[in-house]
Amino acid sequence: MIPEIGHFALILALLLALVQAGFGLLGPRSGQPRYVEAIPFAVAGQFVFTALAMGCLVTSFVQYDFSVKYVAENSNSALPLFYRISALWGAHEGSLLLWIFVLSVWTVAVTIKSRSLPQSFMARVLGILGLLSVGFLLFTLATSNPFLRLDPAVPDGRDLNPVLQDFALAIHPPMLYTGYVGLSVAFAFACAAMIEGKLDQTWARWTRPWTTLAWSFLTAGIALGSWWAYYELGWGGFWFWDPVENASFMPWLVSTALIHSLAVTDKRGLFKSWTLLLAICGFSLSLLGTFLVRSGVLVSVHSFAADPTRGIFILAFLVLVIGGALALYAWRAPLLKSQAGFEITSRESFLLFNNILLVIAAAVIFGGTMAPMVSDALGQGALSVGPQYFNPSFLLPVLPLLALLSVGMHAGWKRGNLARVRRPVLGTLALAVALSVAVCFGAYDFDAVLMPVGVALGIWIALSALVDPIDRLRRGLSLPAGILGMSVAHIGLALLTIGITVVQSATKELDTAVAIGSSAKLGAYQFRFDSTKAMEGPNYSALQAQVTVLHGGKVAAVLAPQKRSYWVQQSPMTEAAISARWDRDLFAAMGEDLGNKTWSLRLQVRPLIQFVWFGALIMMIGGIISGLDRRYRVPKEARDVELVAGAAAAGPAA
Amino acid sequence: MTMTPRRRRLYWVLGILAGVALAGTLALQAFRSNVTFFFDPTQVSAGAVKSGQRFRLGGMVEKGSLVRQAGQLEVRFAVTDFKSTVKVRYTGVLPDLFREGAGVVAHGRLNTDGEFIADEVLAKHDEKYMPPEVARSLKKGEPRSGN
Amino acid sequence: MSKINRFVLPLAGFALLVVLLAVGLKQAPEKGIIISPLVGKPAPGFELPDLLQPGNKVASSQYQGQWYLVNVWGSWCVACRVEHEALLQIKAQSRVPIIGIDWNDADDAGLEWLSKLGNPYTRVASDSEGRTAIAYGVTAAPESFLINPDGVIVKKQTGVMTPESWQRDFLPLVAGAAR
Repeated sequence: MIPEIGHFALILALLLALVQAGFGLLGPRSGQPRYVEAIPFAVAGQFVFTALAMGCLVTSFVQYDFSVKYVAENSNSALPLFYRISALWGAHEGSLLLWIFVLSVWTVAVTIKSRSLPQSFMARVLGILGLLSVGFLLFTLATSNPFLRLDPAVPDGRDLNPVLQDFALAIHPPMLYTGYVGLSVAFAFACAAMIEGKLDQTWARWTRPWTTLAWSFLTAGIALGSWWAYYELGWGGFWFWDPVENASFMPWLVSTALIHSLAVTDKRGLFKSWTLLLAICGFSLSLLGTFLVRSGVLVSVHSFAADPTRGIFILAFLVLVIGGALALYAWRAPLLKSQAGFEITSRESFLLFNNILLVIAAAVIFGGTMAPMVSDALGQGALSVGPQYFNPSFLLPVLPLLALLSVGMHAGWKRGNLARVRRPVLGTLALAVALSVAVCFGAYDFDAVLMPVGVALGIWIALSALVDPIDRLRRGLSLPAGILGMSVAHIGLALLTIGITVVQSATKELDTAVAIGSSAKLGAYQFRFDSTKAMEGPNYSALQAQVTVLHGGKVAAVLAPQKRSYWVQQSPMTEAAISARWDRDLFAAMGEDLGNKTWSLRLQVRPLIQFVWFGALIMMIGGIISGLDRRYRVPKEARDVELVAGAAAAGPAA
Repeated sequence: MTMTPRRRRLYWVLGILAGVALAGTLALQAFRSNVTFFFDPTQVSAGAVKSGQRFRLGGMVEKGSLVRQAGQLEVRFAVTDFKSTVKVRYTGVLPDLFREGAGVVAHGRLNTDGEFIADEVLAKHDEKYMPPEVARSLKKGEPRSGN
Repeated sequence: MSKINRFVLPLAGFALLVVLLAVGLKQAPEKGIIISPLVGKPAPGFELPDLLQPGNKVASSQYQGQWYLVNVWGSWCVACRVEHEALLQIKAQSRVPIIGIDWNDADDAGLEWLSKLGNPYTRVASDSEGRTAIAYGVTAAPESFLINPDGVIVKKQTGVMTPESWQRDFLPLVAGAAR
């Protein structure tokens, strides 16, 4: 009964989404206010029904209802409760439902928070969001219904894929989807503005908090996925330039560019058409990522079981949504004119470079991700593009980006007088270089040129990000959340930069054969392989090793990596053991039994890898602080009064 | 020098062009020297691979071909597409789902004896999964009996 | 370059991308997933070691000219255990030979399974390499294929076979052809 209720709720949600889309897009033209006034009810109803559908599927999972095909395929009677719930988004059908639910939550939030915006504009925004919802609901009901029954029921389920039975991966999809779907708000605002033909900078101002919040979730989602890959996949790396990772990283880069160009459009009324294009591209790339992952066009280690019929559906949807938006853009953007000028050393021009470099970085990744497909389509044979391409090509735009960031933070709007900010710029740079040299030569063996450069850039960014807030506090000025958030996010980026640089250049790793009782040396550490013992988990059995890590004769950590065998799916799984400290991770994973009481072990010492996760976390926090800034709250009068260009600009703030 | 809109557009275009051209050239360079192609054992046996070229070899791990000296990290096995077979040597930790009779993709180079020296061996986290190229080349090599 | 052109460029680029994606999608079936030969196509031939009579072979050519059911299973497969009862019943009721294909399995495990649970199969082939399962496009055990005397797959069941589905979906095909 419960699955049928869920199924029915989805159908009702689809009907309400149709109402929302229809009334939203056609209502403002009809001149009948009641159509527009009905939209919030459709939004609320849709939220209730999608939440109900989610609840039904969760209930089926919790109650072990193996008569539901999706439940039978993705859970098992031995699966712990937490993973039975997260199994909801463990495969294609359920993750689509999650996507729909998240879209509904964003729509409700927009409806509530933007009540004071002009009514026809809001109607169109909600209309576009409704259209997206219609597409995804139709897709789910037509090709990927999670509520299908299995007749007859099976006595027990196939179990959730063991690699997904993990905390970080359980919360990774909701975070990532909240980010992906959040970009649809900027998309909807941009499209609504284009439909209305009112392309002044007001839409940019209204969009800023939404975009910043979506970006924060996207940051968290990507970082969680990367963290998971690091400790769970047993390979020891944290970024593999896999198509699925790239699919989430491209929208991140573009939305980062969007956040910055929105600031310029909002404050100075510049880059208007460019900002529109970025708003369209950010969401389009997240849709495209979905397509690539779901359709089987690109094959990746993370991808769901692919299905070409689903691919056709998503492709049609992509053409409609992205094609429609870009056509609208081609029609409306020529109307835009930016009047204001700015100097080459002003903040605007630094943000311009920021945008160009971020988009180049996204393009480089796009090229590498699509190349295997292009080669295939042209019959040129199967090729693969790996880190050997991505690493240098990505660094190319990113190094100047990081270097310009520090200078740009000191530059003023419109007329950047660099001579006036020479002291903070050069002062922070000198300090950063000195610190970087000290750290790189003091703590690590110097063997990569990029290491001191990356560390110096990171420290420089962190110091530069502190200058403005400290200056404000010293002068007794207020510190608006927008500026605080920006500084925090930039400090997060600085930590991330330092972390990635040091991990990439100072990691020591070794695959080696070690006999029980003997040890392997890795850098300053001694990994001693003590013993192995059998043990059992809730739904797996395992062989657990004990590896003692010695540093200067003292025990630094005792690691217990496992080789697990999950009962139901019968697949072996390497569970790496990691001892994490702020300045280094010690990593050990079991390979296989080589005979003679010898095992192959994968051993790694990764300095500063914690900076990568904490950097990302701090970036996310910065984004949230900034997104919640009161200054972005739309004043009540916005319904009647249009914001004046740059009127709210007070001092050099983004 | 204040920028007029026209002037600013010029900077825009020049900046973008210069950036794209530079990034494009270098990326293409990196691309050309770092892309790896896929070959199946039949192609390798037929000499389709240039000597010293790094490539991906895919197929099934031949039953009974896995050899390792007790206590040694180095392992030897053979990759087959049921028509031809290539010997592989690898020193390192094999992935979880590596097993005889399963699909595998290895990155590496041929040595002068025609042996494939792998530096990376991959198997997917799903036992039903078949690397796409492997599935395709296996399909070509499928024995046909009956009609 | 006129002004309008510039803003049409993204749309043009997207159109190009769509063409590429469509081509990619057309080729997608050959990737990652293994397509099943559609029902109505000739069944892939096979010649595999006989699990129960070592040294013998089970081959599709031996069944040329008669109806038979190919059932792909494995001792590691939970759903196959469920299906097992049904297969025993079907064997008892019908004369259609059931060829079991023990997929991706250790021979010992397969034999133990049959001795413990009973043998519903006319012959059992050991497909430990998974070649035949690939040829049949099996994505998850159990799967069953009904093959007619011309060697054509006329019906496929993904998932557990039940006496009801056998009665309803399979048997009429065999009976209908016999009439």
